[in-house]
Amino acid sequence: MLLATIAFYLFSTVLIAAALLVVSARNPVHSVLFLILAFFNAAALFVLLGAEFLAMVLIVVYVGAVAVLFLFVVMMLDIDFAELRRDALSYVPIGLAVGAVLLGELVLVGGSWAIAPGATGVAANPTPAGVTNTEALGRILYTTYVHVFQEAGMVLLVAMIGAIVLTLRHRAGVKRQNAAAQIGRTRKQAVELRKVRPGEGL
Amino acid sequence: MNELSNNLAAWFRDIYWNYIEFWLVPSLPVLAMVALLVGLLIMIAFILLFDRKIWAGVGMRRGPNVVGPYGLLQSFADLLKFVFKEAIIPSGANKVVFLMAPWLTVTLALGAWAVVPVDAGWVVSNINVGVLYIFAISSLGVYGIIMGGWASNSKYPFLGALRSAAQMVSYEVSIGFVIITVLLTAGSLNLSTIVEAQTGGLQNWYFFSHLFPMAIVFFISALAETNRPPFDLPEAESELVAGYMTEYSSTPYLLFMLGEYANIVLMCAMMTIFFLGGWHAPFDVPPLTWVPGIVWFIIKVWFIFFLFAMVKAIVPRYRYDQLMRIGWKFFLPISMFWVVLTAGYLMAFDKLP
Repeated sequence: MLLATIAFYLFSTVLIAAALLVVSARNPVHSVLFLILAFFNAAALFVLLGAEFLAMVLIVVYVGAVAVLFLFVVMMLDIDFAELRRDALSYVPIGLAVGAVLLGELVLVGGSWAIAPGATGVAANPTPAGVTNTEALGRILYTTYVHVFQEAGMVLLVAMIGAIVLTLRHRAGVKRQNAAAQIGRTRKQAVELRKVRPGEGL
Repeated sequence: MNELSNNLAAWFRDIYWNYIEFWLVPSLPVLAMVALLVGLLIMIAFILLFDRKIWAGVGMRRGPNVVGPYGLLQSFADLLKFVFKEAIIPSGANKVVFLMAPWLTVTLALGAWAVVPVDAGWVVSNINVGVLYIFAISSLGVYGIIMGGWASNSKYPFLGALRSAAQMVSYEVSIGFVIITVLLTAGSLNLSTIVEAQTGGLQNWYFFSHLFPMAIVFFISALAETNRPPFDLPEAESELVAGYMTEYSSTPYLLFMLGEYANIVLMCAMMTIFFLGGWHAPFDVPPLTWVPGIVWFIIKVWFIFFLFAMVKAIVPRYRYDQLMRIGWKFFLPISMFWVVLTAGYLMAFDKLP
């Protein structure tokens, strides 16, 4: 138990520090790397809570896929840091305003939050008796919430198709490889035997 | 006499409480970890030599044969050579990230081994989501490469890192779907349970079941995922010098190399666990079942690695667009279709575990 407590404080400290560094790091690539560290520590906190499936999925999806693309984009951007910093101060008022609104909303939500009597017990018990965390999640997701689950999948699919439609261009005159035609080529089509007489050529 | 025996008994009890109960028992996982790592590192040293010997054999050369009998100590000589060289950091490099990249690669590659069961119960951490853990850790492996390529502040490493990242992310998708078919059939995310589901000899291994095509897809995807030839485009020397490793030397380079081979052996172990029955003997008859499980496990891992090495020696390197084509247009649809097919088959024949 002591070990878990120490681990909790360690992970949360690193998480918060990494989150702060995401915003304050001067190099955007470093920001993304700190973001990954933050994700990683959040996953560790999930493990401490007993939500092992969520922890692994957080790493697979966010760190393994989303953050890689972030890093991709940020690395390839040609960013002039001096330029960026010069204008940074002019965004402070609007940033503060947005932050204040968000904070206000959070306070309102937190202040009026009513927790159902049984909820605390359920929250502290991510694995019902007899089944693993993954199994329990699967049972809920594919029975009670299957409709919402499928709809979320549809929304993502629509977003994906939309992105493809927006960016796909069929350019004319581009030579494309036809692998089937290449593989399907027979010896007869490719090789021709000719008798070459000496001194004459073809 | 009685007093002496009492004293002796007290002494033994003392030793037991002080050393075994207090120190040894809590430190067993640590000991297991150390044993696994030492065994793994020694195996990697010899598997590196094995790889080079096979490559040489296919090319009708002798391969390393100078250091030690049959060149057996070649890897250790290489280790010493790398360690005693000067580590060069390019002046334009981002030093922290540059040095962190190989360290990250090797930590992740070795860390993934924590959940690999090498025999019944012989596993450092027998977690319920072992498969997901391996998948998560191996998807993190791309960071070592991309960080190394970026921090080198040089064009070839950067291009190599981008290629590698795209390649690894693409093939992870098909590996994920292959793993899902295995999970469906075994009914568990725990690696030991997956192996136990293949008990009873050859005919129960997933390689010889409806998952056979997935084993092939997994094997080829594993080659691409670990940047092995014929998919070693991130370090294609004719195009990119040495890819993301161009600016590395000495121990950082050694760490990259070690991480790469640890990942390759990990993929061989995954193939063994998912499709070749893990630590089980091929036939459930006495003389074979007397052999310890770990021996079978290691034999299978070496066999898969032999296939990896043969592919490296025989198959020419792929072109990048063909690599992407085979990943997205061929493996992804096939493995996706096979997930549906496996689920349907298990439902229809009432074989759901």
